[in-house]
Amino acid sequence: MTSVVYRPAPPKPSYLAAGHRVTSWLLTHDHKRIAVLYMISITGFFIIGGIAATLMRLSLLTPDGSLTTADFYNRLFTMHGVVMVWFFLIPSIPTTLGNFLIPLMIGARDLAFPRLNLLSWYLFVIGGIFTISALVAGGVDTGWTFYTPYSSSFSNTHVVLTVVGIFIAGFSSILTGLNFIVTLHSMRAPGMYWRRLPLFCWSHYATSIILVLATPVLAMTLMMVAVERIFRVGIFDPALGGDPLLFQHLFWFYSHPAVYIMILPGMAVVSEVIACFARKRVFGYGFVAGASIAIALVGFLVWGHHMFVAGMSMYGGFIFSFLSFVVAVPSAVKVFNWTATLYKGSISLTTPMLYALGFIGLFVVGGLTGLFLATLALDVHLTDTYFVIAHFHYIMVGGAVMAYMAGLHFWWPKITGRMYPEWAGRIAALIIFAGFNLTFFPQFLLGYLGMPRRYHSYAPEFQVLNVMSTAGASILAVGYVMPLIYLLWSLKWGAIAGDNPWKAMGMEWTVSSPPPKENFATTPIVNEEAYAYDTMTPQGGGGRSIMPVAIKPNRGGA
Amino acid sequence: MGDQTPFQLLPENASAFSHASDALTLFVLGVCGLFTVLIFVLIVWFSLRYRRKSENEIPERIEGSILLEIVWMVIPFGLLLVMFVWGSKLFLDMKRPPTRALQIDVIGKQWMWKIQHPGGQREIDALHVPTGVPIKLIMTSQDVIHDFFVPAFRIKQDVLPGSFVTEWFIATKPGNYHLFCSEYCGTSHSRMVGTVTVMTPEDYQSWLAGVVPDERPARAGERLFNSYGCIQCHGKIAPTMAGLYNSKVPLSDGTTVVADEEYLRESILAPAAKIVAGYAPVMPSYSGRLSDEQVFQLIAYIKELASATTQPADHPDAQLPVYQLPDLPPANRLPTRGQP
Repeated sequence: MTSVVYRPAPPKPSYLAAGHRVTSWLLTHDHKRIAVLYMISITGFFIIGGIAATLMRLSLLTPDGSLTTADFYNRLFTMHGVVMVWFFLIPSIPTTLGNFLIPLMIGARDLAFPRLNLLSWYLFVIGGIFTISALVAGGVDTGWTFYTPYSSSFSNTHVVLTVVGIFIAGFSSILTGLNFIVTLHSMRAPGMYWRRLPLFCWSHYATSIILVLATPVLAMTLMMVAVERIFRVGIFDPALGGDPLLFQHLFWFYSHPAVYIMILPGMAVVSEVIACFARKRVFGYGFVAGASIAIALVGFLVWGHHMFVAGMSMYGGFIFSFLSFVVAVPSAVKVFNWTATLYKGSISLTTPMLYALGFIGLFVVGGLTGLFLATLALDVHLTDTYFVIAHFHYIMVGGAVMAYMAGLHFWWPKITGRMYPEWAGRIAALIIFAGFNLTFFPQFLLGYLGMPRRYHSYAPEFQVLNVMSTAGASILAVGYVMPLIYLLWSLKWGAIAGDNPWKAMGMEWTVSSPPPKENFATTPIVNEEAYAYDTMTPQGGGGRSIMPVAIKPNRGGA
Repeated sequence: MGDQTPFQLLPENASAFSHASDALTLFVLGVCGLFTVLIFVLIVWFSLRYRRKSENEIPERIEGSILLEIVWMVIPFGLLLVMFVWGSKLFLDMKRPPTRALQIDVIGKQWMWKIQHPGGQREIDALHVPTGVPIKLIMTSQDVIHDFFVPAFRIKQDVLPGSFVTEWFIATKPGNYHLFCSEYCGTSHSRMVGTVTVMTPEDYQSWLAGVVPDERPARAGERLFNSYGCIQCHGKIAPTMAGLYNSKVPLSDGTTVVADEEYLRESILAPAAKIVAGYAPVMPSYSGRLSDEQVFQLIAYIKELASATTQPADHPDAQLPVYQLPDLPPANRLPTRGQP
């Protein structure tokens, strides 16, 4: 065994240099290129959703909403919700970072089904085109939740076109989830046992279970809305003999687990970033991994907590309330373990770490405010108010988007081969943290005060808090524009990153930056647990000097 | 409400529920605040105390601790259970109106609230109620889902088309309070707002006296009962209406059901859904032939028939016409369910 010598593979052209024609991108089967295609697409959708949010916040500056008409405002919040949920948050981390990193992290050549991976990007884009064309044609005013019978019998807007877009994009989700599950089961390198799997992969595994099991329910539900709307078949509209609550049960059976689709990949990123910048193994690795699976499974049983005042049985309320408290426990376990990981670590407050720590803070606030909503009697007062808006933005923007930013900065050198400017990164991270809190914290107060969501005009006593929120949103917008600029700048002018600028453990850091098209010259063999930072050599100048313990070339192939 | 200041921090407290709800909020806030501060302090402290001092620093390995994991699962879960039990108990109170309550009919439609008092007085986007009296709203929607939300009372209930839902409260403090529709219902959702005016019982009586009432709903219901020919069968080949409301009805499938508003509504619009034991399913559906308001009127009539006939001695509604103000305990505590 001691005779095994690690020989660096001869340098291969990076995946970026493997072809420059447009078709070499649009017909690529390389998971890394598909990840980049996704990254460009979701950035576009984020900008569209962000513009809608900006216009809404401007309209909310005055109690009578003088900037927009009520009709236009309703279309804005629907567009914001639909685009941000289905075309940014759900695909964000899995399809970009997950797509790029899962094969690299487990020592695989690609995902299990590279063509399916490309197909899922095309489905995503086609779904997006449908949805955007509905918006261009005049928009939708149902809210992203499409509650019946409003959506199926009353709204005069482009409901069908929009739900068809979401339906198509749903197949993209299902195929991505399927691809990840099969890849993680069948393509792990020799020695990459489940208990050695990076937590990034564990969380994506949990996410994929939800994607595969829940998304079909959404697809069926939205199709039933379209069928009722077009053919007047009574499914949800009581005037046609349907049941409006049936829609809510079906919708939330998907849409509550969908929240975990958004947050679990965020947790995936945070586990990696914290381990690297505390230079420690994640505390309670097994519990953090198990918590991901527990969240994914119990998350399927709590959908009714969106419906405590909807007219559902009181006894159903008790059960859903109890299960909602149960699902809080694995989330708490994660937070405690991340915090414990910092203890006696070697902590470096780089941009990704600032985002990751920001994630923990905001996720704590978002998660704990969820307890108010899980408490039956308090939900009666708080549901459908701005308290809910604030709560889920702390989870989705404070959680998922902060984690996406953490991951984007952390793996940017790997993806592009260039460093982003560190100081600009830190300043942007702090601006985003401050802007975020100023935007959304006042909304907790507004909600407790009783301001309902989806209100174009509001009572005068709500104005000051709304103005604060809009001021925060403008700071947040600056914070989001900064990375867009300096990351693009770094593509040409950023410092050359080297293979492992963070001295991170993990197999993705053993290949060059950007990685070669084939990922690994030979199949790597893993003989160490994840995050073995205590085995790092003190003089570690680069990835190769600290990684040979972790990976040895396949004897058969060497 | 009322004053036009652009800033307010906390909502008004104007019902028995609002105090109970705020107490629970304080508890949950205390627990959550404690954990938030704990995590924030630890993160900031660790980040400063253990910041990287040299590029090649390698911290010592720390193994996980099963004991610690159990501690931070069990303690939070215990606290969560307290929230669950407390919240569920209060929710149960919110869901179970006392049987002796002033019953007011509410119809939501795009984009207004239509309200009728048992004495026939009508209001639109306004509701006048006395303090100290349990008020039970019986609500339905004519089109999409709406929601009757009064922040000062801490109550909220979705109002569904095609079924009746109820919501109840005891107002404690005279004043004007917001009524919001809080389930998105289309273009003018944010204009589907109104005012709940809480008055002392004396002021309420004089307000009632000052409004020219429409025909009482129960009286209109009686006319409908006669004109639609209900009287031809009910009491003969179909169950009698006397004493029906709030009684236990045995069904043909062996179960029993309490004849509440939702049961009566269903029996009028979809009579085949629940067949009373011993009777043939001969009644036709009146769905599409009666408006929501006419269904309300028929139910009001059936309720009045119930209170006009002899009821079991333990029945709290005995001899109490529903539109009269019952004599109730002081409003500063929730009445015990089932007691007059």
